[in-house]
Amino acid sequence: MSKKILAFIESKDGKFKNSSFEVISEAKIIAEKLGSDFTVLTIGKTDENEIKELAKYGAKKIITVDLDKLNSKSPVQGIKYSPSAFAGVISEAAKKESAQIIMLSATSLGKDLSGRVAIKTDSAVFNDCIAVNVADGKITASRPVYAGKSITEISTDCENILISLRPNVFKPEISDNTQIEITETDPDSLNIEAGDFSSVVKDLIVSDEKLDVAEADRIVSGGRGLRGPENFNLIENLAASIGAATGASRAVVDAGWRPHSEQVGQTGKTVSPSLYIACGISGAIQHLAGMSSSKCIVAVNKDKDAPIFQIADYGIVGDVFEILPEMTEEFKKVVSN
Amino acid sequence: MNIFVCVSLVPDSTTKVKVSSDNKSIDENGVSYIINPYDEFAVEEAIRLKESKGGEVTVISVGTDKAKEAIKKAFQMGADKGILIKTSSADFDSYFVAKNISDYLKDKDPEIIFFGKQSIDFDGLLIPSMVSELLGIPSVSVVVKLDINDGKITAEREVEGGKEIVEADLPVIIGAQKGINEPRYPNLKSIMAAKSKPIEEIEAASLDSRTVINEMKLPPAKTGGKIFVNGKDDVPELVRLLREEAKVI
Repeated sequence: MSKKILAFIESKDGKFKNSSFEVISEAKIIAEKLGSDFTVLTIGKTDENEIKELAKYGAKKIITVDLDKLNSKSPVQGIKYSPSAFAGVISEAAKKESAQIIMLSATSLGKDLSGRVAIKTDSAVFNDCIAVNVADGKITASRPVYAGKSITEISTDCENILISLRPNVFKPEISDNTQIEITETDPDSLNIEAGDFSSVVKDLIVSDEKLDVAEADRIVSGGRGLRGPENFNLIENLAASIGAATGASRAVVDAGWRPHSEQVGQTGKTVSPSLYIACGISGAIQHLAGMSSSKCIVAVNKDKDAPIFQIADYGIVGDVFEILPEMTEEFKKVVSN
Repeated sequence: MNIFVCVSLVPDSTTKVKVSSDNKSIDENGVSYIINPYDEFAVEEAIRLKESKGGEVTVISVGTDKAKEAIKKAFQMGADKGILIKTSSADFDSYFVAKNISDYLKDKDPEIIFFGKQSIDFDGLLIPSMVSELLGIPSVSVVVKLDINDGKITAEREVEGGKEIVEADLPVIIGAQKGINEPRYPNLKSIMAAKSKPIEEIEAASLDSRTVINEMKLPPAKTGGKIFVNGKDDVPELVRLLREEAKVI
């Protein structure tokens, strides 16, 4: 009997995240290779039309768990959600579905859940994968280590496997499927106890609606070449012209010019957007580690020997103070066409 | 308070990685090792807690003899004693580490256990939440602010585009993120004091890792980048290429 897959997907403000479509598409591919099938699981409030949309990515069966009903089992009132209870729901749903493979996205939530679910379900973990392969019914995966300075091929002898996919790497594929069977599961049937709410989220603080560097498909980053925090409006304007998130090198974060949530690199965030524009960043090895898997890298730097040019797909040697405003104007022209 | 901090030794972030001849690990020649940078935030938070509420800070590391270097760094920052859960090789996974730490801690009545949010070598972010499940106590990962009052913690956890305010009861596990504090530099006195602090060695349990590395390789090298040298005059051509050739705009 081939192994069944449970694909856990996330939503935000009632809409499924893009990473959710990536997980469904990859679950479909792996299920086909294994000759098995997959069930999708979501916890939260999403309307039925949103859920029906998932059919086009190949989802044929989805279990929904109502967040309010789940939260009502918490001994603490007024919670937004509980990561520990989410882990309980995923593990219980996997048991109910006899799924030996659990797939999810390596988002903040996904990373927080992976270790918990792996222990609850006795699973090996293939986390933050950039490729998943099946050969002779055995699953292997590629995952970057040392922030992408090298890549490992991993496998396991365990029966159960939890696989988390690096966001933005796997492409959602549209299939010809149009039917999806929706089953709402009551948390009461999932053996969730008060003890599963050991940590609870009481509030969410959204930081001024800015796009997060870890989720962005386009990133414009600035480094020491910008000379001071007052000049980062050049980075912000360029980013705004193409709907990109803003990032920063460690040097400027350590200097206090930018918040550490923007830091890209080995001690910051590892990103792989479609487009990464590095401005005034020389390309220290720990920065390159965090962004070198970006699909298209553009470098702007006055030093033609800067290491960043060695991994750039496109680059301009010159003054960021002249080039960035010019590029912003050109982008605006092109985008408006 | 009975405070624990778990630390690991990792290659410095400036390390240029080469793959060793076994094709499964990195070539350690010429690599300098440091305490995992995120663990410094964990140690600092533990020391500050000891300073404000009293108690003792015990540092735990799982690894070969070399891992003592990470424990010693924590000693220099002010930790009191160390436990090395000793392994014969560096070939083990997150589960192995989590199980060994949990087995050690289960009868030690920890009130709070700090970790760095992740190590910068294998970047798993798994161990704190695995220990949480194995010990049956709550954990909060990627913490940028921590308050402890009356046996409860309130933590700010960094997520995409914002922060979550998380509450939990002690005992609790905290994964420290950059921003939670500014780690201290050891002074001469604390460096001298560190030399006499004890490290107890215990043998790691013999259990199998669940995930194995079959192969390690370097990412494909990039070549053939188009680099322009005429400054802003080249911008229109660059933007055209991004649109028509790379198709990213």
